[in-house]
Amino acid sequence: MNFVAPDFMPVLPELFVLTLACLILVIDAFLEQRQRHITYGLAQLTLLGAVLLTLVTYAHAPVTTMFGHYIKDAMGDLLKLFIYLATAAGFLYSRDYLRQRDLFKGEYYVLGLFGVLGMMIMVSAHSLLTVYLGLELLSLSLYALVVTDRDSPVASEAAMKYFVLGSLASGMLLYGISMIYGATGSIDLQVVADVVAGQGMENLVLVFGLVFLVVGLAFKLGAVPFHMWVPDVYQGAPTSVTLYIGSAPKLAAFALIMRVLVDGLGTLQGDWQEMLIILAVLSMAVGNLVAIVQSNIKRMLAYSTISHVGFLLLGILAGTAEGYAASMFYAIVYVLMAVGAFGMVILLSRTGFEAENIDDFKGLNDRNPWLAFLMMMIMMSMAGVPFLAGFYAKWVVLQAVVDIGLVWLALVGVVFSVIGAFYYLRVVKCIYFDKSEAGEPEIEMSRDTEIVISANGLLLVLLGLYPTALMTWCAAAVLN
Amino acid sequence: MLSELPLLSLVIWFPILGGIAVLFVGDENPARAKALALTVAILSFLIGIPLFSSFDATTASMQFQEFVPWIPMFSVNYHLGVDGFSMPLILLTAFMTVLVVIAGWEVVQYRIAQYMAAFLIMEGLMIGVFAALDAILFYVFFEAMLIPMFLIIGIWGGPRRVYATIKFFLYTFLGSVFMLIALIYLYNQSSSFEILDFHKLPLSLTEQVLIFFAFLLGFSVKVPMWPVHTWLPDAHVEAPTGGSVILAAITLKIGGYGFLRFALPITPDAAGTLDWLVITLSLIAVVYIGLVALIQQDMKKLIAYSSIAHMGFVTLGFFIVFSIYRDTGSLSGAAMGVEGGMVQMVSHGFISGALFLCVGVLYDRVHSRQIRDYGGVVNTMPIFAAFMVLFGMANAGLPGTSGFVGEFMVILSSFKASFWIAFLACTTLILGAAYTLWLVKRVIFGEIGNSHVAELQDINTREIIMLSLLAAAVLLLGVWPDPLTSVMHTSVDNLLQHVTVSKLL
Repeated sequence: MNFVAPDFMPVLPELFVLTLACLILVIDAFLEQRQRHITYGLAQLTLLGAVLLTLVTYAHAPVTTMFGHYIKDAMGDLLKLFIYLATAAGFLYSRDYLRQRDLFKGEYYVLGLFGVLGMMIMVSAHSLLTVYLGLELLSLSLYALVVTDRDSPVASEAAMKYFVLGSLASGMLLYGISMIYGATGSIDLQVVADVVAGQGMENLVLVFGLVFLVVGLAFKLGAVPFHMWVPDVYQGAPTSVTLYIGSAPKLAAFALIMRVLVDGLGTLQGDWQEMLIILAVLSMAVGNLVAIVQSNIKRMLAYSTISHVGFLLLGILAGTAEGYAASMFYAIVYVLMAVGAFGMVILLSRTGFEAENIDDFKGLNDRNPWLAFLMMMIMMSMAGVPFLAGFYAKWVVLQAVVDIGLVWLALVGVVFSVIGAFYYLRVVKCIYFDKSEAGEPEIEMSRDTEIVISANGLLLVLLGLYPTALMTWCAAAVLN
Repeated sequence: MLSELPLLSLVIWFPILGGIAVLFVGDENPARAKALALTVAILSFLIGIPLFSSFDATTASMQFQEFVPWIPMFSVNYHLGVDGFSMPLILLTAFMTVLVVIAGWEVVQYRIAQYMAAFLIMEGLMIGVFAALDAILFYVFFEAMLIPMFLIIGIWGGPRRVYATIKFFLYTFLGSVFMLIALIYLYNQSSSFEILDFHKLPLSLTEQVLIFFAFLLGFSVKVPMWPVHTWLPDAHVEAPTGGSVILAAITLKIGGYGFLRFALPITPDAAGTLDWLVITLSLIAVVYIGLVALIQQDMKKLIAYSSIAHMGFVTLGFFIVFSIYRDTGSLSGAAMGVEGGMVQMVSHGFISGALFLCVGVLYDRVHSRQIRDYGGVVNTMPIFAAFMVLFGMANAGLPGTSGFVGEFMVILSSFKASFWIAFLACTTLILGAAYTLWLVKRVIFGEIGNSHVAELQDINTREIIMLSLLAAAVLLLGVWPDPLTSVMHTSVDNLLQHVTVSKLL
């Protein structure tokens, strides 16, 4: 029997992260609690190594390996880079937070790294099976992460909810995959695409499969009406985990949609476009309207995520290269904003105090003008006010939608973004217009955290002044 | 050599960077922050002067142009340039910012560095709005302006500041997002975001009407026109003095400027078809809002409503041109309307700014804006009373002041269009005089109203400088408006020639 070894070079970053994650798992078992920072350092080094490896092996032309089940291309590599960066920033922001709550354990970092591996696999998946593998690796890590604070009833409830609903969604996705396999006879996305192009849309099984796939994807992305887990999980999980869930996985979910719907089922664009329009409009509407009445900032940001997902879908449903690039730009900018916003919530927490409510931001300008300024930039960016990155993200997706003649959809989008601006402004109002309660201590943060959160906020300004570079990368990555 | 310098970039970015520098000086060192802010404000105005002195009034093409590709994917460029419409407004902006910095000198105690920085950054952004020749660049400046103003009203404002500032932000934001869609649509049709390319783009009437409404929404909120004016009285009343001055003197003008730069030349046929709508709204502003101003008890509210009424004249002047051209076929008659509107904008910038500063002077001493808390101020503050009477007269449109010139030109040209339009517009002469003079009478003259007024100190040197600068401007423009009108002649003619040619396919 002849065994041909696949080319392992394209999956070098994945192998690296896998090896290091396993290594950290072992090393951590031998560490005492006071040495735990070694685990943290190793985890950051792993991400740094992954960044370097991905940069060195950056794919200028797409390469498939593992017998067509895996693809390495520019889109994947660019998304992976931002996944590492978002995760690294998240690890950094949450270090002191976890320490203060006795959650500074090795599992957090090992699970985090396995989650990253799952995202990498999702991003690079080129068959329906690999898609599922990556997704489950990520999801299982997330379920466990939510409940790292195992004595917290809220976290347990959130984890349980997440697990049950997540399994249901995975089931939907698998069901859809099996139907597509039944209709096309393959799980390789390239083959699926070829077969579908030959068959057209007549095949009912195929269309049913598509519906189940979209449902599964919408659930993972948190699009309305499959969004119910999002606010509860965001609120229930420790903020450090919320940061993790709310940031990098969105990039992976974007890649997932691109791989499955665009690469695999691109011929059915007419069918999934309509579904995505419904999801997008509902997400923008429900996300923005419900966020208005939230007083818990984590919950508010959860609904804001939902509304951003709606905007993200606008670009994808346009079905043009510009649209995909626009969505990719949106996803990356969104992740930068989400990391910053949750990072800020984490920084306001301290021993014995959880920053949970929007009111906890009151008088931040008096306590720390620099953080206040950064948070304002993040909020204005989320609201889509120029000269911040969030504006360009909204602009390019709107442009994509107008391009295909759906002006009404763009109008719906901007109206809801104005409604959304209200709750972001309310945070700014708390920061600048209200006075803090007497006796609030100084905000303590380590030097490295301060540098990174500043860089994070200023990056939004910088991207606002000069969005061209990132836009060009996204466009090149998508075309490739 | 002067023309080699990127003057427009300098007047935009110098105050912005200066504002950031003021932020870094910080609130711990208020004296230095204030000194730096004043230096930056004065220098920015001085940098702007060559724009006027080397301006070529014989051409309608854009001058002092700067062009750098910015987002090549969507052919968005950092393209700046000025013509006879934008250049005076840029100078007005730089001038008013100097006054605002002086006005906040001793009055603002809380976080003075942030206060000054907000105004300086605001200045740069507003000049950017006037100088931008690229639609996205314009939109970016137009929207970014909201952030500092939002903070100015919200941080240093009165008791209901949060309500007022959020209302201000959301109204303007809602108005302008539709404009963004219109701009994207225009880009799709023309593959360019250059405003001047939009001017040449042929469009069907339906497209024009829809785009016109998008512009109308965006700019009418800013002007503001009845019925989307309700944010203005709230914002003015709650804003600190400096905020009110900038709002009234500059940001309202951006709405008027938007009509000239976007709505009229891009959608001339729609504007011509729907001119009755804008004229009606303008007349409602003039008459109805004038009546509303009459019954106000709050000085700032009264001036806010008077601003709306005066801005009604501006939009009236801009849109009256269509019926004049239809009836008489003469462009020169129409030109007077647009020029009158422009003069009115600049003059109203001075007058409303001055009146808000006057109210600020009183408010700093008595901490009340209610008219009934004053009376007989002339007895204790004679110098101040002289200024306030002058500005009151100017607001009422007294000949010899700048307020007269613009109103007169607009009324004169509307007579060419229709007697009744002119008749209704003329009511402003009565109404404006009524509410302004009644205000002056109740506040300045009469017996000393109460003990607060009896203890008033007259204005100090700082306030005299600030008010006399404005008084000089008001009088100069009133007796000799030629420097202003001559720079815009060519631009106005060019606009009208453009507007009167149909763009229909």
